[in-house]
Amino acid sequence: MIASFTSSRGRSAWVVLLAFGILAIAIGAMLFLGGYSPQAAATALWHGSLGSWYSITSATLVRAVPLMLTGCAVAVAFRGGVFNIGAEGQLLVGAAAAAATALSLPSGGAFTICVALVAGALAGGAWAAIAALLRARFGVLEVISTIMLNFVALHGVSYLVRGSLQEPTRIYPQSSTIADALQLPRFPGAGRLHVGLILALILLAACGWIFRFTASGFRLQSVGQSPSAAATAGLVDIRSVTVMAFLSSGALAGLAGAVEVLGVTYALYENISPGYGYTAIAVALLADLDPWRIVASATLFGALEAGGAAMQRDANIPSSFVSMIEALLLLAVVGTQTVRRRSRIDGIAESDGAVTAT
Amino acid sequence: MTGSTFDLAPPLALELSHITKHYARTTALTDASLRVRAGTVHAILGENGAGKTTLMRVAYGLSRADSGEVRVRGERVHFATPADAIAAGIGMVHQHLTLVPAMTVAENIALGGRGLLRTTEMVRRVEELTARTGFALDPRARIEDLSVGAQQRVEIAKALTRNAAILILDEPTAVLAPAETDNLLRWLRAYAEEGRSALLITHKLRDALAVADDITVLRAGRVVFSGAAAASTIPQLTSAMLGATFTYTPPPAAHRSAQSGLPVLGAEDISVVDSTGRTRVRAATLVVRAGERVGIAAIEGAGQRELLRALSGRMPIASGRLTIPAVVGFVPEDRYGDALLPDGSLVENVALRGAGHRRGLMPWAGLRALTSRLLAHHDVRARNGAQVARTLSGGNQQKLVLAREMGATTDQPSPLAIVVENPTRGLDVHATAAVHDRLREASANGAAVLVYSSDLDELLAITTRVVVMFDGVLTEVATDRRLIGEGMLGLNAAATATPAVTP
Amino acid sequence: MNDVLTPFLSATIRTATPLVLAALGEVLVERAGLINLGLEGAILAGAFGSLVGATAGGLVAGYLGAICGGVIVAAIFAVFVVWLKADQIITGTAITLLSAGATGTLYRAWYGASGAALRTPTSTPIAIPGLVHLPVIGPALFAQPLLTYVAYLLVPSLAWWLARTHTGLALRATGERPDAAETAGIRVVRVRIAAVLAGGVLGGLAGGTLVLAQAGTFAEGMSAGRGFIAVSIVVLGRWNPLGVAVASLVFGAASALQFAFQAMGWRAPYQLFLVMPYLLTLAGLAGVVGRARPPQSLGKPL
Repeated sequence: MIASFTSSRGRSAWVVLLAFGILAIAIGAMLFLGGYSPQAAATALWHGSLGSWYSITSATLVRAVPLMLTGCAVAVAFRGGVFNIGAEGQLLVGAAAAAATALSLPSGGAFTICVALVAGALAGGAWAAIAALLRARFGVLEVISTIMLNFVALHGVSYLVRGSLQEPTRIYPQSSTIADALQLPRFPGAGRLHVGLILALILLAACGWIFRFTASGFRLQSVGQSPSAAATAGLVDIRSVTVMAFLSSGALAGLAGAVEVLGVTYALYENISPGYGYTAIAVALLADLDPWRIVASATLFGALEAGGAAMQRDANIPSSFVSMIEALLLLAVVGTQTVRRRSRIDGIAESDGAVTAT
Repeated sequence: MTGSTFDLAPPLALELSHITKHYARTTALTDASLRVRAGTVHAILGENGAGKTTLMRVAYGLSRADSGEVRVRGERVHFATPADAIAAGIGMVHQHLTLVPAMTVAENIALGGRGLLRTTEMVRRVEELTARTGFALDPRARIEDLSVGAQQRVEIAKALTRNAAILILDEPTAVLAPAETDNLLRWLRAYAEEGRSALLITHKLRDALAVADDITVLRAGRVVFSGAAAASTIPQLTSAMLGATFTYTPPPAAHRSAQSGLPVLGAEDISVVDSTGRTRVRAATLVVRAGERVGIAAIEGAGQRELLRALSGRMPIASGRLTIPAVVGFVPEDRYGDALLPDGSLVENVALRGAGHRRGLMPWAGLRALTSRLLAHHDVRARNGAQVARTLSGGNQQKLVLAREMGATTDQPSPLAIVVENPTRGLDVHATAAVHDRLREASANGAAVLVYSSDLDELLAITTRVVVMFDGVLTEVATDRRLIGEGMLGLNAAATATPAVTP
Repeated sequence: MNDVLTPFLSATIRTATPLVLAALGEVLVERAGLINLGLEGAILAGAFGSLVGATAGGLVAGYLGAICGGVIVAAIFAVFVVWLKADQIITGTAITLLSAGATGTLYRAWYGASGAALRTPTSTPIAIPGLVHLPVIGPALFAQPLLTYVAYLLVPSLAWWLARTHTGLALRATGERPDAAETAGIRVVRVRIAAVLAGGVLGGLAGGTLVLAQAGTFAEGMSAGRGFIAVSIVVLGRWNPLGVAVASLVFGAASALQFAFQAMGWRAPYQLFLVMPYLLTLAGLAGVVGRARPPQSLGKPL
């Protein structure tokens, strides 16, 4: 089906190999510049991410869940031609709304958990709606507005955890802990891994199905590919499709924040997200915006995040090192996209020629 | 004392010898040679895709030939960029004008220079050009506010600032009204008579024969004819352009006794305002009946774009009354941008029609079957429905768009009305003929057809009735080439009586 | 009154300086038809570069380091966007993330995790004889660090250069219609690369002022969104240096209000002042976009 960003699968493998070779060299160079031992780094990375059952479940997969949800959020937006760089802010707002809801609800149980999750999704959608409104009404590019809203959300959470949502002793900049009955249940025997994983997988499957089989999914992607063709040939109402893309993307990112609060941190903190909303862009693009492949790429990035934490702990390599690797990975994906695409067109042009010759 | 021409033959102004050029995996030019004498107009004729533009790109340093050589006034040259060609005294006026719309005439003409920009100097330069070319150029006018004809004159002036002695014009008459075309050709003649040379790339025989001294014809990347215009005949040139095997005779244009069916498209006093707030269509009234093929004759920017979109339900009207069927097939001029998802499969492109109203699940199975049917019936050369649209040739893309817009789909009936805009632009003669046949077929089946084409001859050939549009105002005229041409420029009484443009 | 107004104006200028430097660089980039969201990364790299330079070789080396930092980031952007024709928005975002990661890593590796005690030499204010004695504005405008004066000079000179030179015209044409520029003999690719690198120099210097003229030290992520704000300032200033200067001053003033309010004893949550620039950007963009016309080919690959 349509993927406006890329569609090729490993055509000119050598270009991709070259890019990732350069990537590896860049990582090595940074380790050398920082004076770190590559071997210690690799060992820590392995142990922290995939080296044991505990690290797979409690570290890698726990981090993969918010990346799956925000990655899905980015995929929905990008497929609809909406450059939502604001998953981070939408996640934070969703986390705050879920925490506020969970802390103010009296009873526990599945229904209340759902209410808190929905509150997070709604808040994320509402946060994205601001950018949607600014674009639809005033023509403000969402690239800028969503980034600005990320900063606003960041400072907003910082205000909340020192203000109305601060824990009663007023010492720490964080909210009270959410009651046990409102926490997302964990899988037995899988450490900190919670049922948010199931939710994320269901939503990714649903998005994949919507993209492939429904009329609204087709509309979304036709607008993303060519708004003018969608409007002129398809008589599609561009504005409402775009607004829907904003809202669903924001809701997915907001849900990621809610799941994080209810399933992992159990309280609202200032630094509740280590940049999941930005990493999500890399997650989604590495997966060619395909929901099923987001499962894999989110797990890869979850492993990197988990390994990064271990590197800091065991090899004293700063965690920012991993965000650098992630950025390099994203650059490698973006940098090879055009090249891969160009080779694809040439390849088909050749067979097209064969067709016209007959 | 002048020596005998035998010994001292004047060197050719421009000579291209044995040029071969490959793109990716296609060959654009094979062993093509061209000799342009000083003081002449040389026409290069050929169908779209024959290699005319590629040959000129080589002469202008925009493309590098794989083999062959270029000589200017006898000197062998190697152009790496247009800057080199400009320095050698070659100027080029591109088919798609390469002016910066947001800048003034003076700035556009100054582009590419060095040092400081002095306003007085720039203005003086434009005035000097005005004197030299006879074109009235306002140095302070913004390009985007000028008509296409005026923009083209700026482009020519720009090419002449650097003292071009060889001027290449790529399809300059494609966007001009007949009277403007005549002016341009007359000007070219005078330009050449001052001892310089002009190369006129065109696919219009009429223009070539009217002005050229020499004619070179390209077909499929090869030179198939070259000789003096005076000694050339229309049948000779036609068969050179199209190949001896191709015999296409356009069916007689006139069954103008339009069988008046029921009105299908109706506009009553409509006006249309574009996104910048300009009124583009003023109090237009038009009825297109079932079985009719109505043509709109207009120069670029006369409001036909907005009128067609309003009548096809693609653009809201500001006032008036519009009666159109629920489904109107629409083929926009820019099929690549406005009609196709270039990265989508052919099935997805067929699915695009009706996408706005479709609910629930996508009927992919039905759409796949429909696509195969359309590909077969409309002779679209494609492997299968899964092929990506951008990999089709322009002609096949257009056939696909027409096929999609004209027939019934999985969830919509055949449209009762079809609106097409420059439907054959950029297509070769075979594809053009196919498009014309489709339009005739549609009206024969009872559809109302509305056509705009910037090529007046095409319009006259395929329509049953022509309406002229000038500055947003529609005028009925008799089907007469001269009257229509005057109407397009607002020269007849009916059109000039209407108010002038208010921005 | 003057004991509020003069410090307020002075703080306005101080806050506006890095913004105007970065935004002027981005004006060049966008006038050439590119959007560089990696500007945020260039500022950060410039800040870190100035730290490296200044601790090793003093103030001048600090400014050179800032330029190097900005140019390295800009060069990566140029390679991806001009040469590989990668998507500009994604590349810019990725480069900002890369710069944040790389500066953070190197900072901790080279200066230790604490860093609190790390001080760089700072650029002391230079009083302009005569002008500094003007009432109220004198001490505010004419007792500033060197780079502020550089910014004062850059605004009119870039405006002049864009409007009155052939190279400026070539840059503008490249952003409007690269094909037209190309046929006029302008090397569009070179123009774009040069613009991006110049944007990197100015972005780096913007980061340098944060360290060398303001904080006197480096902190991870200290650019705090100034690059993104500068990109917005370019829109608010309608892609023209004078407009950009005015928009930067408005931002500087909004941030300086914080100090003015504190001086007047007005209390408000400090986060309100922190979000002010972002809210102002959104409000400003909502008011301006649609009435300002960007370069025609902005954001489109060649």
